[in-house]
Amino acid sequence: MTPKKSIGIVETKYYACKEKLTLENNKKIGPLSIAYETYGELNQKKTNAILVLHALSGDAHAAGFHSDEKNPGWWDALIGPGKAFDTDKYFVICSNVLGGCKGTTGPSSINPDTGNPYALDFPQISIFDMVKCQKLLVDYLGIDKLLSVVGGSMGGMQALAWLRAYPDKISSVIPIATAIRHSPQQIAFNEVGRQAIMSDSNWKSGDYYGGSLPVKGLAVARMFGHITYMSDISMAAKFGRQKKQNQEPFKFTAADFEVEGYLHYHGDNFVKRFDANSYLYITKAMDNFDAGGDKPFEEAIRGVKAKVLVIAFKSDWLYPAYQSKEIVKACKLSGLEASYCEVNSTYGHDAFLIETEQETRLIGHFLNKVFYAAPRLI
Amino acid sequence: MIADFNKVRPDHRIIFNFVQPRSNILDLGCGNGELLSFLNKEKDVRGQGIEIDEQAIYECVAKGLNVFHGDIDSGLAEYGDKSFDYVILNQTLQQVKRVRSVLDDALRVGKHVIVGLPNFAFYKARFQLFFEGRAPVTPSLPFGWHDSPNLHFSSIRDFIEYCSREKIRIDQSKYVSGRKEVILFPNLFAQIGIFLVSR
Repeated sequence: MTPKKSIGIVETKYYACKEKLTLENNKKIGPLSIAYETYGELNQKKTNAILVLHALSGDAHAAGFHSDEKNPGWWDALIGPGKAFDTDKYFVICSNVLGGCKGTTGPSSINPDTGNPYALDFPQISIFDMVKCQKLLVDYLGIDKLLSVVGGSMGGMQALAWLRAYPDKISSVIPIATAIRHSPQQIAFNEVGRQAIMSDSNWKSGDYYGGSLPVKGLAVARMFGHITYMSDISMAAKFGRQKKQNQEPFKFTAADFEVEGYLHYHGDNFVKRFDANSYLYITKAMDNFDAGGDKPFEEAIRGVKAKVLVIAFKSDWLYPAYQSKEIVKACKLSGLEASYCEVNSTYGHDAFLIETEQETRLIGHFLNKVFYAAPRLI
Repeated sequence: MIADFNKVRPDHRIIFNFVQPRSNILDLGCGNGELLSFLNKEKDVRGQGIEIDEQAIYECVAKGLNVFHGDIDSGLAEYGDKSFDYVILNQTLQQVKRVRSVLDDALRVGKHVIVGLPNFAFYKARFQLFFEGRAPVTPSLPFGWHDSPNLHFSSIRDFIEYCSREKIRIDQSKYVSGRKEVILFPNLFAQIGIFLVSR
């Protein structure tokens, strides 16, 4: 096996799509900018392309290093030479979602009609719209059929949307730690995040660009999100009840415990790299998502030939394993070829970014089978 | 066609002979996927496994099999009637909580069901129990009383009587001790029984 190493220096590219995209709600948006990165080489027959789909706060930078940064892309442990998504073999694509703030058109982009940022004039978008946008990119790259679409959390929702919307354009799908639709609890978590942003006086009904940003509200939303991404056990292991070292005289505004410091750090960091309005639009898209669209999911995917690998994590209480089992159930009902593994992890929802060894074992072999599957003679 | 058929586990060999080529198979408690993989390669079956052990799931996926991680006591509800040509319960039924409901469900979703069971009435087991006064430990029942995953202990006769009571037809049966097939007095001399049944 090829030794596992980094893909090296990469850069984000931009596809300037002149077309207007018709959204699920029939509104049109365009022209579009789609930020994306690719790793590995597309083979001559264009049969080795894999689309990786990011979660709520992710971006197109999934692997390798940007020349000015120390940290690699968000799924670097899985993408690279000899890794699960082996770039010696596969051509891996990752793009920023529609509505995002990392190079793809979103509420912070300039509205061509006004010359100002869209802000809340940005139309409501859905997970299916994000996928439609990705399809434009895949077409632009000249790929007719993807070997696989894969993602965790919201990325998994997009993977299911691909299965629903373009079943003939994918050979396989890998939804990880995700759901066919959000439960009331998941919607409730997102709503608290949105309310935190909107209650920040700097939010100004979304019209904050060029002025003070609603950093406090967005930071609180992120802190709350982080709690739901971890587990009781992983928090106890990481922080315990450890207090911060340099204790000054008591102040409510300072962090007493390590866990508080961690949340503050992540909240403060997040506001430097993420747009509050994008957070609102994207979380709404997640809450409104139903992978079946207008039909029950199992009916919607009946007869689909794509192979499915579903992965869940035992301690994930944000996207509990029962939701992954519902995907499996739909595959059983609709006769899709599928596999399912519930990985025994204590990392909570974050496990999909952390348990890379188990994911590698599952994904590497699964892709290998899909890639080398000979057409069946019946 | 098969290079080392003799090296194949005897129970797998029998199941291989029960199964028609290119059939659609559900293996309940498929373990590391050895049997499914063998049937896949040699009989070109379309197979699906269900297995509760996580490490076994990785091995199945490595073999390129379709496998669901979960317990079979609740795993069959979604499948339609007779949606598989064969449902395999090889060395599994003794470990499920509710034998009757699992077997009924298997007979519902499968046109045929293959059941492989250890024989508690194997003469060495009888000997250990009768003369030594110990819970038997044999090659087909290799666990001590304290660490056995087995919840149910049946003999070949028990299973045959159960089938007749439950109106389950035994279409074929084979009995094995070690690597040899047992013809005479299987309830005494066989360590496992393998049944092709239907309803």
